[in-house]
Amino acid sequence: MILSTTVLLLIVLAPLFGAVVAGLLRNVIGRAASAGVTILGVAVSCALSLLVFYQLVWGGAATYNHNIYTWFEVGPVSAHIGFLVDRLTAMMMVVVTFVSLMVHIYTIGYMADDKGFSRFFSHIALFTFSMLMLVMSNNFLQLFVGWELVGLVSYLLIGFWFERPSAVYASLKAFVVNRVGDFGFILGIAGALYWFGSLDYANVFAAAKLPSVAGRTVEIFAGHPWSVATIVCICLFVGAMGKSAQAPLHVWLPDSMEGPTPISALIHAATMVTAGIFMVARMSPLFELSETALSFVLFIGATTALFTGLIGIVQNDIKRVVAYSTLSQLGYMTVALGVSAYAGGVYHLMTHAFFKALLFLGAGSVIIAMHHDQDMRRMGGLAKYMPITCITMWLGSLALVAAPGFAGFFSKDAIIEAVAESHRAFSGYAYFCVMAGVFVTSLYSFRLLYMTFHGKERFVVEQGGHGHHHHHEPGHLDHPPRESPWVVTVPLILLAIPSVVIGWNTVGPALFGGWFGGSIQVLPRNDVLAELAHGFHGPLASVLHGFTQWPFWISLAGFVVATWIWLYQPSIADKAAKALRPLYNMLVNKYWVDDLYRALFVGGGQALGRGLWKGGDAAVIDGAINGSSALVDRTAGVVRWVQSGYLYHYAFAMILGLILLLGGLWWTLAHAVA
Amino acid sequence: MPASHLLSLLIWLPIVGAILVLVFGRQAQTARWLALGFAAATFVLSIPLWTGYDTGGPVMQFVESLPWINALHANYALGADGISVALIVLTTLAHLLVVIGSWGQIKDRVPLFMAALLGMEGVLVGVFAATDALLFYVFFEAMLIPMFIMIGVWGGPRRIYATLKFFIYTFFGSIFMLIALIYLHLKTGEFSLASFASASLSSKEQAWLFFAFVAGFAIKVPMWPVHTWLPDAHVEAPTGGSIILAAIMLKVGGYGFIRFSLPITPDASLEYAWVMIAASLIAIVYIGHVALVQPDLKKLIAYSSVAHMAFVTLGTFIALALVREAGNPAGARLGIQGAMVQMISHGFVSGALFACIGIMYERMHTRLIKDYGGIGHVMPWFGVFWVLFAMANCGLPGTSGFVGEFMVILASFQTKPLIAFIAAYTLIIGAAYSLWLVKRIIYGPVANDHVAAMRPLDAREWIVLAVFALGVLAVGVYPKFLTDLMEPAVQQIVTQLGQAKV
Repeated sequence: MILSTTVLLLIVLAPLFGAVVAGLLRNVIGRAASAGVTILGVAVSCALSLLVFYQLVWGGAATYNHNIYTWFEVGPVSAHIGFLVDRLTAMMMVVVTFVSLMVHIYTIGYMADDKGFSRFFSHIALFTFSMLMLVMSNNFLQLFVGWELVGLVSYLLIGFWFERPSAVYASLKAFVVNRVGDFGFILGIAGALYWFGSLDYANVFAAAKLPSVAGRTVEIFAGHPWSVATIVCICLFVGAMGKSAQAPLHVWLPDSMEGPTPISALIHAATMVTAGIFMVARMSPLFELSETALSFVLFIGATTALFTGLIGIVQNDIKRVVAYSTLSQLGYMTVALGVSAYAGGVYHLMTHAFFKALLFLGAGSVIIAMHHDQDMRRMGGLAKYMPITCITMWLGSLALVAAPGFAGFFSKDAIIEAVAESHRAFSGYAYFCVMAGVFVTSLYSFRLLYMTFHGKERFVVEQGGHGHHHHHEPGHLDHPPRESPWVVTVPLILLAIPSVVIGWNTVGPALFGGWFGGSIQVLPRNDVLAELAHGFHGPLASVLHGFTQWPFWISLAGFVVATWIWLYQPSIADKAAKALRPLYNMLVNKYWVDDLYRALFVGGGQALGRGLWKGGDAAVIDGAINGSSALVDRTAGVVRWVQSGYLYHYAFAMILGLILLLGGLWWTLAHAVA
Repeated sequence: MPASHLLSLLIWLPIVGAILVLVFGRQAQTARWLALGFAAATFVLSIPLWTGYDTGGPVMQFVESLPWINALHANYALGADGISVALIVLTTLAHLLVVIGSWGQIKDRVPLFMAALLGMEGVLVGVFAATDALLFYVFFEAMLIPMFIMIGVWGGPRRIYATLKFFIYTFFGSIFMLIALIYLHLKTGEFSLASFASASLSSKEQAWLFFAFVAGFAIKVPMWPVHTWLPDAHVEAPTGGSIILAAIMLKVGGYGFIRFSLPITPDASLEYAWVMIAASLIAIVYIGHVALVQPDLKKLIAYSSVAHMAFVTLGTFIALALVREAGNPAGARLGIQGAMVQMISHGFVSGALFACIGIMYERMHTRLIKDYGGIGHVMPWFGVFWVLFAMANCGLPGTSGFVGEFMVILASFQTKPLIAFIAAYTLIIGAAYSLWLVKRIIYGPVANDHVAAMRPLDAREWIVLAVFALGVLAVGVYPKFLTDLMEPAVQQIVTQLGQAKV
């Protein structure tokens, strides 16, 4: 069986069609049709993705790898648009289109009162197209195209409410910080083309297997030979650090919460930010060549996993808690890549996509109920008003903290065990970070649930009185909070289902059964998941075993502490903040990284620009032609007299000059030749 | 190949049009329609140049030659390869758009403006079509005249300073080029570019000639550090002048390097390539930072032009090391193709950005960024166009701005990874200045009552921006139509580079 090119093209183009129609004709066709056409496009895409998934997994279809058209061809260097669809791709396609479809439906409710309703649908459909181009690519060019286009849509959506200066600032920050990553990424692509001789994955991976290529070294600095694989992989990973918000390029993601909540779920939790994880997994044949690059990946991932999670504990904005949680979980995925457990990273990507999208959409549901107030200090006790949101968020959180049996348990547990199994440089540090991270995850997750849904109500309901508008005093509502409409709750329920159950049937094949086949390639000596496979005796055994393991007890400890503090003794939190003032300040100020960057890069870049402009251009260069400047001054007097109102004269003088010049030239040359 | 007079037609039709506009265009409206007619006709006639260019045939096509100045063996010789074809079509399209865009913007002395514009068009086609060095030089100098008239008559308050600076710079450069051409003529007894290219020259001769050409072309591009005339010229120029200046005139410099420096002085180009590469890299970093802090819209885009044109010179001059030292002609082709695609792309992007600034200036009569803010609320489509062109300016894939930069970065890496490392800095700084600008003018709350009163785009403005946008997207999505067109010419240049003259 062969996958159909037409079907693959439809998967990609259906959302693009929706985006273009909703984008260009939104004033003609109206709001309902804009939403309809994009939802239809994404629904088609999702259904066909499921079909492709079915054909690949159960229908015995072979991996699809063909070019669609040639982008440019210069001598032997050619760049194409083409698709590589194997199981890794198919899984990503299903995750992307399914979450996207849920978010599209949810958006009908969330953005109902927004004047940018149609524009929003056009953007999220465009995002779906771009993300599909990224995951379905069979070459580096298209990977980069998709990579940048998702960045574009992310920029547009973070700044969606562009009358808000904070949103516009956040969008600019996100784009530019991502560009720092892309700076590395494009160099990695250039290196792959130069040293591995192609932009196509298949050719590059084949070349990487040749000892003459894999063992090649170059001296970037004299006397220090580097393997070319290390250079290429680290450069590519710098790209992943931007897109997947790994420290120290993580600073854009928390600010991206300025965008509407549906895109926080879709772009900044479930799909786009996982592009870096996907990319490294896709490049596993290259990364396997470089122990150095993988150690670097491991170190960055572990650092991100622990230290961004810690910040989540002190956030009061409900979305920001989830955002820091996302950073931390992306760190876990990166750690998995760093210990060569690529399948583990991608598997956590998949489970995380469901439960994190759920948590964001749940947070959004709360935000609707609170009239777009996001501060948890003015929430509390919402469980009785919005039971569906509350229950689904509890389920999502249990998946996040890896409660045995929930989806996140299977994926996160595998990562922790893989780290324990690994002997790579920094694996000890990473083990500490992921273990400590378990406690931290538990702490901020339950804190969020308690502060939002339980305890006493910290908002005031003013019945009657003034009409319905959004300019309330913070914490004052004109009617009691109520459960969101079905377009909001149905996606929550549909996402809660996989968050709870998806692990049971998938963990065995995905992690230990070689389900990904040739998509992910691991050298035998690095294959920690193969080691773990010996201890795997089915999901039920894993769950039972899970109750006896450290991560479960650490997580439980986090639960107990969170319950004690935020459900029963809220004053402890304040006391702790006072007692540990320096620590608390450090977390609230996000380790001062943003301040450092602002001073160093924003301030520094502008100061440099001003210096070069006033010093370099004005003083030195224009100063150097000062003779002519002086000449300008002097002749200006003459010219003022010459032109005397009519610049025609000036032009005629020029024509005359040109004729004289050419005449003189002719004369000179005629004589010289004669 | 049948005799063709297409190139002559494309040169002289707009020039005849210019005269007719002056003679019959006493009424502003007549002048506009006449100019539109001639510009449209020229554009339509330039399409067969593109569709009729046979990529399997000889490199130079549409060849014409008439004796001109017999005593000097100078001929009225024209011909076009893919590089010329691409630039000529860009020229005719840009002029058509400027005629449309200037329709209501120029209210004073309309016939003269339209005549200058059409004259400019003919002369620019001549520059790209001339295969005789003396003819090239005449066109090269002649293009200053209409630009002078445009800046001098319709320019801003400091137009005298700007025109003089412009004049001194370019005149200084071209005088050296003229001397070089005379020297080559004395050496070969001819003026044809082909004979110059095959002239045998010692390395000392080549070095002198090389720097003479650099003087002429580097100022046109303009390369760092001889770029300071450009921001001043742009600031004073009327919108139409700025578009032509940025979209076409700067390309003459890049074209000159590819047409003159590489084939005539290949050994000196190799020896001094590092100077050119260094200047290009400095421009990318230095000018990028300078662009960041400009308070004036036009200056910002002018500086951005300098940084973008640096990719043209970078792509051109890495080719030599790639061919001669690395034995990598494929990389060299990638570099030169990248340079060329960057030129075409910059034609669209900078033209579009200056058109946008013109539209803003017409409504607000200010170029200062701080006077704007929140335009997206009052002119939503204009905001969409701005974001698109700003994205193209920072090299977003899917737009033309990405293609050339991508190719040049790939090729630079094959020369020396360090070169690519510095060049790739444009990804960061380009995004910073382009999008910070968008943030300040398009986004945010409506800044003041004047912004609130800005009227939406009219049909003519819409057409101009939409055509630019189509160009940006076409090259971005399917650059192959462009690279295929230029491939034979690029291949020939790279083959020539492989043959040392000394």
